[in-house]
Amino acid sequence: MFDNKRDREDPEIGGAGMADIAFLLLIFFLLVTTIDVDTGIGLQLPPAPEENQEPPPIKERNLLNILVNSQGMVLMDEEPTPVNQVKQKVKEFVTNRGKNPELSDSPDKAIVSIKTDRETPYNVYIDMLDEVMGAYAELRNQGAQSEFGVSYEQLEEGSEQQQAIKDMYPKKISIAEPNQ
Amino acid sequence: MGKFEKKSAESDPTISLTAMPDIIFMLLIFFMVTTVLREVTLQVQVNYTRAENIEKIEQKRLVSYIYVGPEKLGGNQLGSTKIQIDDSIIEDVGAVQQLMYDKLQEEPKIIVSLRVHDETEFGIVTDIQEELRDAGTLRLNYSTQQEQ
Repeated sequence: MFDNKRDREDPEIGGAGMADIAFLLLIFFLLVTTIDVDTGIGLQLPPAPEENQEPPPIKERNLLNILVNSQGMVLMDEEPTPVNQVKQKVKEFVTNRGKNPELSDSPDKAIVSIKTDRETPYNVYIDMLDEVMGAYAELRNQGAQSEFGVSYEQLEEGSEQQQAIKDMYPKKISIAEPNQ
Repeated sequence: MGKFEKKSAESDPTISLTAMPDIIFMLLIFFMVTTVLREVTLQVQVNYTRAENIEKIEQKRLVSYIYVGPEKLGGNQLGSTKIQIDDSIIEDVGAVQQLMYDKLQEEPKIIVSLRVHDETEFGIVTDIQEELRDAGTLRLNYSTQQEQ
């Protein structure tokens, strides 16, 4: 009698419902997935200053002072500049290579210092920073083209060539504390 | 003609569906791996600024967000500018340092992404940056969208 019963039992589990379960999970993950990648302007902050430490001496000519006031007007080395000309001026400053005594000695010594007011609108600051980043991106691209014959983006991330270009035009951007 | 008819009559018109769960599972695994589940509910208003020279953050798991913007009040009203980290509003800027220091201990290669409302005054951002410097979280990213 027992034998008889065992024969009648169907030991298989129906596999047809599997696809439905998988679909359900799939739809859930489709809905919660955010495909869009985060984009933004990257920046490396300087480490916190040690107490009573004097700032290192920097020659005035190697420093490009950019001031953004609360009305969103830009002053570059005491000269009023429209935001869309910031890029050109930064490029001139960085690639001076000692020609003009007012501008930088060499690209690796050039420092861009950015100072704002507390009331400066954030979008003006970002526009200005964007221009500075654009200047460096173009310079690095030129450097990569002349050194290796490819654009900067085509260089492998973390490769020696990329590092060489980075050393050629190091992004030295300092953000000063704003006026109270 | 007769030959064609015979052939079509012979072939079985149904496609075997046994491989379907496999395909679905493959898609499922893909989406499971790419999903980042935790997204915070924003308590502050953030309109992103736009910029041209932006970079992508490849490793999303390293990113920690700080939101800055006018606080969302009931009835579409906006309050004063506040800082939000994770799911809570930070009233005192000084608390940012301890919070970010703790996060740094968990993830030494942390990238701090600042998501700031475009009309915010820059002063508060500088305060946050000072705190970040003290906390030692030095990799920063101003979240912006690609300019059209």
